[in-house]
Amino acid sequence: MSSATKDEKDLIQVHHATVRFAGDSGDGMQLVGSQFADISSLAGNAIRTLPDFPSEIRAPTGTLAGVSGFQLCFADEDVTTPGDAPYVLVAMNPAALKVNVRDIEPGGIIVVNEDEFNAKNLQKAGYASNPLEDSSLSAFRVIPVAMTRLNDEATRESGLPKSQAARCRNFFALGLMLWLYDRPVQPLLEWLIKKFYKTPAVMAANAASLRAGYNYANTAELFRIHFHIAPAKLPKGRYRRLTGNEAAALGCVAAAHRAARPLVYASYPITPASEILHELSNHKEFDVRVIQAEDEIAACCAAIGASFGGAIGITGTSGPGLALKTEAIGLAVMTELPLVVIDVQRAGPSTGMPTKTEQADLLMSLFGRPGESPAVVLAAATPADCFHIAFEAVRLATKYMTPVLVLSDSFLANSAEPFAIPDPDELPDLRIVLPPAASGFAPYARNPETLARPWAAPGTPGMEHRIGGLEKEDVTGMVTYDAANHRKMVGLRQQKIAGIANDIPPAQVHGPASGKLLVVGWGSTHGAIAAAVRQLQAEGKPVSRVHLRYINPLPRNLGEVFSGFETILVLENNLGQLKTLLCSQFKGDIRACNKVEGRPFLIREVRAAIEEII
Amino acid sequence: MTTGLPITPAADGPAADCVRELTRKDFQTPQEVRWCPGCGDFAILAQVQKLLPSLGIPRSQFVFVSGIGCSSRFPYYVNTYGFHTIHGRAPAVATGVKCANPDLSVWVVTGDGDSLSIGTNHLIHCLRRNVDVKILLFNNRIYGLTKGQYSPTSEFGKKTKSSPLGTIEQPIRPIQMALAAEATFVARTLASDTVHLSATLAAAAKHRGAAFVEILQNCRVFNDGAFDEMGSRGDVDLRIELVHGKPLRFGVNGAKGIIQKNLEPSVVDLSSDPASEANLLVHDQRASSPALASLLADLEPPDFPLTIGVFRDLERPTYDGLLQTQIASAVAQRGQGDLRKLLNAGTTWEVD
Repeated sequence: MSSATKDEKDLIQVHHATVRFAGDSGDGMQLVGSQFADISSLAGNAIRTLPDFPSEIRAPTGTLAGVSGFQLCFADEDVTTPGDAPYVLVAMNPAALKVNVRDIEPGGIIVVNEDEFNAKNLQKAGYASNPLEDSSLSAFRVIPVAMTRLNDEATRESGLPKSQAARCRNFFALGLMLWLYDRPVQPLLEWLIKKFYKTPAVMAANAASLRAGYNYANTAELFRIHFHIAPAKLPKGRYRRLTGNEAAALGCVAAAHRAARPLVYASYPITPASEILHELSNHKEFDVRVIQAEDEIAACCAAIGASFGGAIGITGTSGPGLALKTEAIGLAVMTELPLVVIDVQRAGPSTGMPTKTEQADLLMSLFGRPGESPAVVLAAATPADCFHIAFEAVRLATKYMTPVLVLSDSFLANSAEPFAIPDPDELPDLRIVLPPAASGFAPYARNPETLARPWAAPGTPGMEHRIGGLEKEDVTGMVTYDAANHRKMVGLRQQKIAGIANDIPPAQVHGPASGKLLVVGWGSTHGAIAAAVRQLQAEGKPVSRVHLRYINPLPRNLGEVFSGFETILVLENNLGQLKTLLCSQFKGDIRACNKVEGRPFLIREVRAAIEEII
Repeated sequence: MTTGLPITPAADGPAADCVRELTRKDFQTPQEVRWCPGCGDFAILAQVQKLLPSLGIPRSQFVFVSGIGCSSRFPYYVNTYGFHTIHGRAPAVATGVKCANPDLSVWVVTGDGDSLSIGTNHLIHCLRRNVDVKILLFNNRIYGLTKGQYSPTSEFGKKTKSSPLGTIEQPIRPIQMALAAEATFVARTLASDTVHLSATLAAAAKHRGAAFVEILQNCRVFNDGAFDEMGSRGDVDLRIELVHGKPLRFGVNGAKGIIQKNLEPSVVDLSSDPASEANLLVHDQRASSPALASLLADLEPPDFPLTIGVFRDLERPTYDGLLQTQIASAVAQRGQGDLRKLLNAGTTWEVD
């Protein structure tokens, strides 16, 4: 705890808070945002974070295009989204204010670095007059702080040149926020020591700025009151914060480890999936073999080749890349090889909005291949769930000898939440034991229970065989165009995937099992739906929800679940793709609520959609 | 290092597979060979099936990967592991196979349409990475399986079903392309010359790294006689065999030779100009610069004989080898991956 004094009377207990740090892309907003998230996690809060990067790598400083933001929501209760509207905005320059002010909760606090509100910066941000001086911000409590000057003062003794010391301003802002939310300074000082032990001057300057910000908030009575958020009641265990992409990568490593096989991850760089490639490139000691392929097609083909070779073959991409992998995924369907394809969806069509989120690849994942080409499709619900879904994808791919498509999206990929660290020994054992080769090895002789064919990798004596994209005779795997055989094989491939419904959990209804309205979600809509439905249930409204992590096959009890409700409302970030699928399989009043703005649903939007029906 | 792959002993066991002397018959499959009568592919299949048992590698360690086209049916006819993949992608699939299990002997069988049109990208990258795979490109200068359209190696002006007035495209030169991709083994041979074919395949098999072999192969049905003017019928005036360290001579009794001046090659007749013998180009397949190989690859009838043989054969680290080295060094530095440690890395906190 800091030695700074506090007047406990001014400390207000609140249940949750949403804070957004915004500044120029060079202002270090991602760094202080994630540090604030760590501090809040250590304090026991539930937390969700979401960065908002500019799409340009180096947009001109001070411009609207160069604004970088980091939002976090933390609470003493379950948090499922990064928050609808920030209560506090930290804006490091006029452009950051301009871009973010429309999202701030009315009555909220805006902390600005007033030193940056000069004529030049105001003009760059497109302000005709200084918003700190006109009445345009009257709906908010604006707290101007001379961060540039105060930071200069604070870092003077550090020994850093002035231009370099100026870059510590983000820690001054962080210091202000630590005081506002009653967070200790000490863990951050320790982190700075660890991070900058090689450059003591940088460490000293950042530490000085951080303390100065904290003390200034305290002694200048900037905020009059400050807030405390008690620890949340999270399930017991050890936690760390992970983004969806980090979690997916760890899930792949864990699954290959539990399968006792090397992991071959072949991928072509693409936003927003590249972090999986980066993360996996760092784990070579786990025998992770990363191939940065020449294109999306090669990446998928190399993963298929690796699977044929007996490794865990995985490829990752986003929508445009998934389109290119189409033919290769069909090959994996036909040859019945395990393959995991992770699609971190982004707004399309075509190049679309690469950094923005959407869920519009669902039908492509299910049906976007030539021929009758069934594959398993899974969808991660939360950032941490990306770990479990990736693991589950490997389990199903290897057990059933099938491609598995994993749907994530830009929102899950970049958003972070606490991940309950599993005991690796308690993760399912994914080792596949080949039956010993009898004299007549047959590449398409199926396991009667799973309908999977044997995974006999090259190098295994006595099981030499040929596979390929041509239709194969049942059992023997010989090439054949026989009509009856084709009908049988199309059926077998379909039955194999459909049968997986018996190996996955049934759909679980949150709330009453019957009633007026059932809200159905899949993928990253989980957070907003869960929060909205919980709020409405607490208000006594007749609404339940179900969340689908398995899209193909669907949970076996879904029809039964639907039959208990008058209306089914499907929420998704597309024009109704899951709804179309559900309407093709189930009867009833199935309605859609869609959002295609490149942004996730807000809790209040989900509430409004539900309230319109009940 | 070990591959970590679970190996299940087979009924007749690995020992039986290794100890027994393998023969050509061991590499034949029950699948009926369905190439057209007289197709050059038969000769290549026969030579490969003869070569494999001589390599001292257990049958189960071979993998044949192909794309789409007449040539790509090849894996079905070789009794090893085989993968008939999709059009043009065999080098990418083979890269995955080799990375999954570097102990395997991986072969790619492809054609001029498969790997010089739809899959050119993968061929180039497989070669530049020096993945330890042997790539046999059957070049018949025509699309056979789709019944007779021109291919990327068809000569300019060629009349086919899809070019009734003649093509308006310059052909790709496969050897030049492989050299530009810095392939470490580049060779050309003829399906019609089984002795040369067999020796070239053996040299490719011996090479560690990506080996690229262009095999000129006659399509009896859609492009018959395509290589008659290139010495495919054994005319020694029409072709010149490259031999490492030897001067470039051809014709009856080696009476003709190749010299160069300012990188312009020309043919000399040594019977009328014996003094030129000292100036003959000498083949060096180990030259690190591809300049000489490139100059030789350009020679073809009618002005020159066709060059066949090994243009280039260099030792360079392989992609799969370097991949294994990086993994071994990561293990040496950090220890064998510990999943518990990995999952618990970074900032963690306990909830009681």
